[in-house]
Order: sequence, then C-alpha cells, then structure tokens
Amino acid sequence: MYSIKEYVIATTLEEAYNLNQKKTNRIIAGNMWLRLGNANIVNAIDLSKLGLNKIEENDEEFQLGCMVSLRQMELDEKLNDYTKNALRDCVKDIVGTQFRNSATVGGSIWGRFGFSDVLTCMLAMDTEVELYKAGRISLADFVNMKPDNDILVKVIIKKNDGKANYQALRNAATDFPVIACCAVKKSDGWSFSIGAKPTKAVRYTASLEDIQNNMDGTLDDILEKITFGTNTRASKEYRKAMAKVLLKRAIKNIETDGQEV
Amino acid sequence: MEINYVLNGRKIKAEISADDMLLGQLRAQKCFSVKCGCETTNCGLCTVWLDGVPVLSCAVPAARAEGHEITTLEGLQKEAREFAQFMAEEGSDQCGFCNPGYVMNVLAMARDLKNPTEKEICDYLSGNLCRCTGYTSHMRAIKKYLAFLKDKKAEEAGDKA
Repeated sequence: MYSIKEYVIATTLEEAYNLNQKKTNRIIAGNMWLRLGNANIVNAIDLSKLGLNKIEENDEEFQLGCMVSLRQMELDEKLNDYTKNALRDCVKDIVGTQFRNSATVGGSIWGRFGFSDVLTCMLAMDTEVELYKAGRISLADFVNMKPDNDILVKVIIKKNDGKANYQALRNAATDFPVIACCAVKKSDGWSFSIGAKPTKAVRYTASLEDIQNNMDGTLDDILEKITFGTNTRASKEYRKAMAKVLLKRAIKNIETDGQEV
Repeated sequence: MEINYVLNGRKIKAEISADDMLLGQLRAQKCFSVKCGCETTNCGLCTVWLDGVPVLSCAVPAARAEGHEITTLEGLQKEAREFAQFMAEEGSDQCGFCNPGYVMNVLAMARDLKNPTEKEICDYLSGNLCRCTGYTSHMRAIKKYLAFLKDKKAEEAGDKA
C-alpha cells in the first residue's frame, strides 16, 4: 500500500498544478487504484473541493469534471440519452455501486489503463480532454501521450449525429474485461475502439460503405492491425476472435436501434 | 492533520495521518461494524455512507471526510434490525461476516430505487460478496423487506389521510 506524508486539499487548480510538478507528489482522484500501489507520496493533492464533480451540457458538448464519479455518469439521463446508454453500459459492470460512487472519470482516463472500460468507450466517441496547461486535445492523441505533470480538468464529449454501442466480455461479472469494444456510427463513417487487449485501447475508423458492403472483411482488416496479447484472463487468439464478435454485435445493435440481435 | 466530520449524527474532531483510510478512522471511533474484508475495494464489507451515498471506506482517504457526514451501521440500528429480521427468517446470514456492508448497501438501495426489479437489485448489490449463501436467500429477504417497506408506507399514508 502507498504512503503519504502530507495530504493537501487544493484550493485552486494553480496550487494543484504547482504541487504536481514534483515527481514525489501525486494527484488523488478516486483513490481506488492508486492506493493499491506502493508509491511513497510526499504531497497527495486532493481535487475534491474544486467543484470538478459536475456534468454540464451546452449546445455543442457535454463537459464532465475530472472528479465526476462513474456512478454519476451511469445515472445522468441526458448523457445516456445522447450516448444511447453506451456510457452507462461501459461502467455498469465495474465492481459495484459503492466502487463507482468513488471512482472518477478523471482517474479512469488519466491512467490510460489497459483494462479501462471508460477509456475504450469514450475513445470511439468524439471526445476531448482539457488539460490545465496544455488545453484541449483529442482523447485519441491523449491516449498515446506519455503521462506528464499536467492535470486533467475535464473530459468533453462533443455532440454530433453519432449513435454508440458498447460491448465487453468478462470471465466473471464485475471482473476486468477480457476484451472491450465500442462502435460509433456517424453520417460520415464509423469509428471503433478496442480495449483490454489487454493493453490500452486503440481507435480505428471505417467508411459507411465498407461496413455496409463488406463488414467481415473490413473488421478483419482492422483487427489484423491490432496487437492482441495473452495474460491469465485470455489468450491473444481468443481476444481477437471475440473482438470481432463484439464489434459485429455493436454494429448490429446500432443498425437496429439498440434492439437485441 | 486534524479533521472534523459528523459520524452517525455526532460531531467528531480527530487527528489522522495523511495516508489513513476512512475505514481505520471509523474503527478508531469504535464503529466496529466497519470491517476490512479484501482491502482491494472488491468485497463491499467496508461499506459506509458518505453524505448518504454508499462508498467503500477502505479506499476513501480519511482526510476526505472533512466537513462531511458519515453513517455506519451503528447509526442505522432501527432499519438494520428490521432488515436483519428478514435475513434471519430466510437463512441469509449464515457466517455473518459480510452482513454489515451488505446491510448498509441494501438500506441505501431501499432509499435509492423505487420498486426495483430482481435485476436492478442484483446490479445494485453486485459489489457485495457473500461466500456462504449463493445469494438466493439474500434475494428472498430483500424482496420481503421491500414489500414490508411498501406496506408500511401505505399504512402511514392511510393513517395521515
């Protein structure tokens, strides 16, 4: 378990940012994963009093403060209406209600964890992150950046004409996913994300025509580009085979407006 | 560092270490219903309410209790006894180790959800592990408890009318 010398409840983002420039200091988000490590933290920086636990909506986007809990995401009706329940579906199997009341969207995205349902789901959507110093960048770029000393302030889901569907396969309920996929269909094409490979999620796109005329071939081409791995949960061959099943299921769910297929 | 919070309606001022978890702080306040089962935020045994919301106290930094209201099983004795009666009748207590966290989450669910389906009950309680019962007896107890609450509310509404 980690150790902490000083616990600092930040009063401004600037204070949190300045403290976070030292490698021995760490931001505390939901604290679900961090505390299981063995880091020796000098200053733990708590963002919980900065009002970053709100989901806000305007004409162009949804803005999720980094301290928004996974449970807030799960229960937010407007967000789930817009994402066709994809966000609810991606968090509903994460441990339990109590866990999701504490785990945060900021911690989930910042960690860029291989097993992350949240990262996989949001990566297929038109999502940006707002960093305190670096400003807004797309999640697709952020996911490949090396962790630095900036602070993830918000996660932004842009509104478009997309329809989303999330699928994950688990060996046991509430466990990490063996493989996770999200599909989004927009008027100008499809985007797919594949996570828990078991490394972090990747994003690919395809045209509407390719999926309509040659779904199997197009998905095979995408899956060939992805490096799947083997661990105690599943083999790389199993992951690859199941990824195709889940992607097809997600596509069919979108095409049939969420009806079971 | 010093923290101030409300525990089961009682104001608490406590000296904590920076890396103390809420679980340890609550046991230091003699709330021994709050127990550590897995210490990996998976089993639900350490469930308490933070401002009425169920959380895993093994993962909440004690410092985060500052200014908040914490409720443990010790603060919900009347409701807990009511529900425990159904558990006893349905044989769902067995070894009893998981009971405190389980009862806390059932009581939270009874407040959060109106007329939950069996699936909604399972989903809400999926973070509470029991290694004795297989959950079937839990489900019977919960359904009977929820029916009891419904009747009780109807009676109270009738009395007022």
